Amino acid sequence: MKGSLSDSTKRVMDIKNRKWLIAGGVVGLFLLASKLLQAVELTLPRVPLADGVDVAIEWATINLAPFFDGIKLVVIKLLVAITAFFDWVPWIVWVVAVGGAAFRWLGIRTAVFFLAGLLTIVSVGLWDHAMSTIALVSTSMVLILVTGIPIGVLASRSDRFESALRPVLDAMQTMPSFVYLIPVIFLLGSGKVPAVLATMIYATPPAIRLTNLALRQVSPEIKEAARSFGATPFQMLFKVELPLAVATIMAGVNQSLMMAISMVVIASLIGAGGLGNDVLFAMSRVRVGDGFEAGLAILVLAIVVDRSTQALGQRASKETRTE
Amino acid sequence: MAQEGAPKLSVRGLWKVFGHESTGGAVPAEIANKSKEDMREDDGVVLALKDVSFDVNEGETFVVMGLSGSGKSTLVRTLIRLIEPSYGQIIVDGDDILQYSEKELVDFRRRKTSMVFQHFGLLPHRSVLENAAWGLEVQNMPKAKRLQIARETLDLVGLSGWEDYRPGALSGGMQQRVGLARAIAADADILLMDEPFSGLDPLIRRDMQGELIRLQEHLHKTLIFITHDLAEALKLGTHIAIMRDGVVIQIGTGEEILEAPADDYVAEFVRDVRRTTVVTVRTLMDQPDLQLRQSTTPAVAMREMGKAGVVSAFVCDEEDHYLGMVSFNGAAEAKQRGDATIADAITVDEYPTLPADTSVESALPVVLEQHDEGALAVTDEEGVLVGTLLPSSVVGAMVQEAQDAIDVREASAALLAASFAGDQEEVDGDGDSEAADPREGMEVS
Repeated sequence: MKGSLSDSTKRVMDIKNRKWLIAGGVVGLFLLASKLLQAVELTLPRVPLADGVDVAIEWATINLAPFFDGIKLVVIKLLVAITAFFDWVPWIVWVVAVGGAAFRWLGIRTAVFFLAGLLTIVSVGLWDHAMSTIALVSTSMVLILVTGIPIGVLASRSDRFESALRPVLDAMQTMPSFVYLIPVIFLLGSGKVPAVLATMIYATPPAIRLTNLALRQVSPEIKEAARSFGATPFQMLFKVELPLAVATIMAGVNQSLMMAISMVVIASLIGAGGLGNDVLFAMSRVRVGDGFEAGLAILVLAIVVDRSTQALGQRASKETRTE
Repeated sequence: MAQEGAPKLSVRGLWKVFGHESTGGAVPAEIANKSKEDMREDDGVVLALKDVSFDVNEGETFVVMGLSGSGKSTLVRTLIRLIEPSYGQIIVDGDDILQYSEKELVDFRRRKTSMVFQHFGLLPHRSVLENAAWGLEVQNMPKAKRLQIARETLDLVGLSGWEDYRPGALSGGMQQRVGLARAIAADADILLMDEPFSGLDPLIRRDMQGELIRLQEHLHKTLIFITHDLAEALKLGTHIAIMRDGVVIQIGTGEEILEAPADDYVAEFVRDVRRTTVVTVRTLMDQPDLQLRQSTTPAVAMREMGKAGVVSAFVCDEEDHYLGMVSFNGAAEAKQRGDATIADAITVDEYPTLPADTSVESALPVVLEQHDEGALAVTDEEGVLVGTLLPSSVVGAMVQEAQDAIDVREASAALLAASFAGDQEEVDGDGDSEAADPREGMEVS
């Protein structure tokens, strides 16, 4: 009995020792190789990645011009209409409407905070720019919703599409925005339209991701029951899945919205105008106070929009709670 | 379409192997001849249904009973292709629904079937009324009309006044009533019920079973009912199919299964059932001592009674329909009156008749009301005399069962005492291992 026990203990020790030996050997080899190759100059032939991209963009600029002109036209029409609306409504109406709605649904404290914030924007003379920014963000959001949600729906239907989409979404979110601002200018020129597209690139992924996730999370039991009565895929989507997913989709929309607002300063580099311009202006002249005012205005807009859309999402989740 | 007398729904050689790409056509040999364990280990596929065949007649309640993992829930889902079966045929009203296109399938689900689920599957964002109207909504029925029908159906299941609540505000039993209303409102011929009452507590479950029987009495749907509870199966089922490991082991009436279990597994299952609640008086019947035609002359009747040594006889018409009894004295009076036959001497009120499908337990109060030991007539649905029943055999069967119950109790008490005495091995030795006991986990939903 005793002998066999110590045998097995020994075996365990052997295995442990062997692991350490191997690890030590690998590290030793690594260092040795580095030492030996110190003096040797190793180079690889250059892959012409940058040139390739340049050529592709140049080709697109020339050959896909009608396509991009079309996009431009659609975005401009939408942008003009939305901007006109925000310009047309006087600030006092906005302030009263937002304050009233906040008081009704979010409580007196939030309402007071909203009012103070919005009135500050008016008093420092940034209201018009704020509305211009809001119009740009709204335009981007409309386009994000009409593209992001259908893509999210498709992704929830097909695992293959989802896994193909994931690296694209990762790239859209992590690629520094300056990198794609340059080709966007090439393709669309400068101004508000490329600003909208740049905002879309940055802010659409959360809407897609959370739409996909939300639809995949809908209870399979509820879906099965609904389907057993002869619901078509179309009826399933619009009468069962989207209504049950709406709370999570709203969370995605809220995230997209926040990211779109955070894009305003960067987008102003390519002519987005609005509050981003004020920040840039203050920066270039080192006017700390002006910069603070513009930054504060962006912050107020973000908070108002965030709290409002979150409240919408919570109402939706209350509606669809299973228990 | 369907031929007269053909079953409403026929399942023929149905297979489902999860993870296996069906080749269509016949079942390939490597599937057909392999055991469930081999399939899992060799091919990583899971056998859920193995060559399942059965018929369900119009208007009957067909119960599929089995424990978890027996494939019963898979089976009911394949019937409307919520799960696509691998091989076989499912014929409803003469059509093989496995040949249906996507569009035909949707239409089939709308018109022919509706389903009730264990976990209800109600839409949480809609009111009780809208949930009940769901089946009609997907058929694109106008709103006013479908809500009207849903309201009436909710009334039928006892949920008036709850129309505007969300399902989440209702108790489990009430939610399942909504599920039931949704299925009934869709007005399909076939109701599929997947363990509808398993998640409910026992009292509510009994209520709901009663409710279903009551509803079925005037709806006359074809019911396919899935359960893991034998008592429920016996209570509701016209026919019962018992499943184990994807195979149907036995199909029969509750009585047939109790009286002649197909194998040890089924026998073990039915061991604790109170037979008298299920077994009908048919099993206790005797042949009539003397059966006469109404056209018999009084003289012959008297002679036959004398020969058989009885003082009364059962009288039937030419097609064996039971008419009543004739006593020796009655026949004698008829003879004195000069009657040509014994037809006018028949008395009907003195002895009640029992339908042959009366359970022994329900026959007991009837026979206890009898003043003498005379046999009662037992008739089938057409009124044909099929046998006679002595009150003493009914009482005897009841006493026997009570005695058996006492024996079982004494036996288990003895076993318990033995185990307390530390005689552990003997107990373990003759009992089944836990996994092999089919009643393990019977109440687990």
